[in-house]
Amino acid sequence: MSLASRIFLALFLLLLVEAAAHAQIAVRGETVYTMTGGEPISDGVVLIADGKIEAVGAASQVEIPEDYRVFEAQVVTPGLIDAHNVVGLAGIYNTPHDQDQLDKTAPIQPALRALDAYNAREELVEWLRDLGITTVHTGPAPGALVSGQTMIVKTVGDTVAEATVVPVAMVAFSLSSAVERNFESPGTTSKGVAMLRQAFLDARAYGEKKASDKPVKPDLGKEVLLKVLEGELPALITAQTAVDITAALRLAEEFGFELILDGAADAYLVLDEIKAAGVPVILHPTMARPYGDMVNVAFNTAAKLAEAGIPFAIQGGYESYVPKTRVVLFEAAIAAANGLTKQQALAAITINAARILGIEEQVGSLETGKDADLVLFDGDPFEYASHVCTVIVEGEVVSNECR
Amino acid sequence: MTRFPLTLGLIALAASAQADTLAFVGAKLLPISSEPIEEGVLVIEDKTIAAVGPEGEVAIPDAAKVVDVSGRVIMPGLVDTHSHLGGPSGGDRSAALHPAVRALDSVNIRADAFRKALAGGITTINVMPGSGLLMSGQTVYLKLRAEADTIADWLYCEDPINDVCGGMKMANGTNPQGDKPMPGTRAKSAQMVRALFTEALAYREKKQRAQEEGEPPPPVDLGLEAVLQILDGERTVHFHTHRHDDVMTALRLGEEFGFKPVLHHVSEAWKVADEIAAAGVPASIIVLDSPGGKLEAVDVRWTNGAVLEEAGVPVAFHTDDGITDSRLFLRSAGFGVRAGMSREAALAAVTLTGAKILDLQDEIGSLDAGKDADFVILSGDPLSVYTHVEETWVEGTKVFDRDNPKQKLWATGGYGVFRGDDPAAHHVGGIQ
Repeated sequence: MSLASRIFLALFLLLLVEAAAHAQIAVRGETVYTMTGGEPISDGVVLIADGKIEAVGAASQVEIPEDYRVFEAQVVTPGLIDAHNVVGLAGIYNTPHDQDQLDKTAPIQPALRALDAYNAREELVEWLRDLGITTVHTGPAPGALVSGQTMIVKTVGDTVAEATVVPVAMVAFSLSSAVERNFESPGTTSKGVAMLRQAFLDARAYGEKKASDKPVKPDLGKEVLLKVLEGELPALITAQTAVDITAALRLAEEFGFELILDGAADAYLVLDEIKAAGVPVILHPTMARPYGDMVNVAFNTAAKLAEAGIPFAIQGGYESYVPKTRVVLFEAAIAAANGLTKQQALAAITINAARILGIEEQVGSLETGKDADLVLFDGDPFEYASHVCTVIVEGEVVSNECR
Repeated sequence: MTRFPLTLGLIALAASAQADTLAFVGAKLLPISSEPIEEGVLVIEDKTIAAVGPEGEVAIPDAAKVVDVSGRVIMPGLVDTHSHLGGPSGGDRSAALHPAVRALDSVNIRADAFRKALAGGITTINVMPGSGLLMSGQTVYLKLRAEADTIADWLYCEDPINDVCGGMKMANGTNPQGDKPMPGTRAKSAQMVRALFTEALAYREKKQRAQEEGEPPPPVDLGLEAVLQILDGERTVHFHTHRHDDVMTALRLGEEFGFKPVLHHVSEAWKVADEIAAAGVPASIIVLDSPGGKLEAVDVRWTNGAVLEEAGVPVAFHTDDGITDSRLFLRSAGFGVRAGMSREAALAAVTLTGAKILDLQDEIGSLDAGKDADFVILSGDPLSVYTHVEETWVEGTKVFDRDNPKQKLWATGGYGVFRGDDPAAHHVGGIQ
């Protein structure tokens, strides 16, 4: 066989394998949470072809074609979305070798990109995937005034390129006591805010200079902050205390950028202010420990955000020790046991997370044309003793064992 | 007992608010020591359980105040075999082994973090010093009684000065390693422990010889006295250990010196479950939401409980609070079942098995006549995420009531509820 024929044959075989992996699948669930607004479908069917959702409906209305591989489950949900984690940057071993979540050489480093540090083969990514988390907004950990750019990944793929959904999603900021611990300056909250204001003013001046015909020395960091100022990238500001939350709102007001509040442990103290600012919240893990900046953390904050009509998602967050990653499914479960309805809690880790991340056209609900990301459970997704039994990402079965 | 003069007045006040005899009727009872009772009666008299059984079969005393708890579930107060609430300290960095150091000298019973335990249904806690030392000191078994002025009011022992009031915390693996005077390797760790036990044996011999020969006893060595309590089976070793080979080292030390440790955390228990069973020791394990965070815990499995149960090892869960939250202790049992444990073993793992591990099974751990009236009233199945602890009772007195708006905050958290003043928070790196 000539080399060309061999290559052709190899490619052909590869295509066959691809086709098998993306075989057409039908998922039938006793309860199917489509997350499209209404009640879940009883005895529902989701048809999957070519990695996308082909049809969704009651079993009485959606016929399962004969050649489809059929999966059955008690409960079916969209692939779960963790609206903010550091997985892939902070690894399971917790040694310097696998901890790339925060550079502490300078307090303001907008030029750092998550995509340059994301390890798609990280074991904790697999851990999350097997528990139904199919999309993660990941990036640097809180702890610097500006710690870098975040990204959105699917929890599949061997390389960052294969995993990437959005290569640059947001710019991560922190207003917290951790910043003061990590750096000599800022040493106070006020100093930190002043440094950020100056950084934005500098970026604005940089933009004005660029707009004129004068030669400008390129500055990677200022370019990024300029994108925030120009509305191209949202600012994700981690702020737990009421003081820091209101400082974040003031910054957004002063510079007019798009703000997403992150953490927000004290959010229930300033609901009116958050609501008036029209800012969504990516809420801390429900089970976050009540210490430090998060000493006032409460299991029912999600319920209060829901009642106030503030858009929110729930996050896995960052852990410096154990558990090295939190599982957003379990965090939503505790919120569901403390005032959120089951649908609201599911929305906080599916469609509402997708909306806040700006990827709702692609993921977050079971609708025709969206990515075929599904999770199959053998009971109530939030119950301690239920299992995630099958996980499907873009039409591919990536886990088929109850855990 | 030293606590009487200080607290008698307060106890009298509390007692006046409660009938001396109470009969809880209509709830599903989970006695743990026997089969669930669908519609049961729980009678308590003063501080003690007087009767437990199905409705119609248990006589309700005429004097009893009847409490209708229909639709609820009642189970024994939970027993946490490993926690760091109250800021216990152990030894310092001056040495690797501190057998004379007592946690009871440092625990602050007013630490607001204890409210997390009450809100989670926990009534008995083994409060331990950390794992940063080979032997960080003596642990203390606490009962979270309603009226308490000092730690003496929370102890199980009568005399905090002379009695054995808890176990002994030991650790191996990487946590206790470091620069001198800490051990630098696992082999050195084991050697240092063996040297201490050997020294204690020699000390005992010296004492015996002096007694036999009618000579004055050797000067009292506080630390070696505590080690002798271990060797005499009076003080339980609570052994922090993660990796399978470290587990085997803990068992080997126990075999050499004739004590049976309780294995704690035991991340890799699933690898050596049969060996643990053969050694006849119990395990106190933790449920973490993900593996890793430290090298020794990379292989931790949710199936540990099921594998140990299958092997015949008595299994308890622990919170290791601040590692996991005392308010969610029942969650650990839920995850035990998720990973294959029987419901019975999982529920015993937060009650009776824990009591046995602390050698307190005659007083607590099950709903049986004669035991302390420590129990939890739940809104539903203890293994459901949607179930809340509605009330926690210790020795016949209600110590947590979710209907009380102020106390409900202990369960949910909120502004100013916890001050974060519990040093467990600051020692997280050294705890697990």
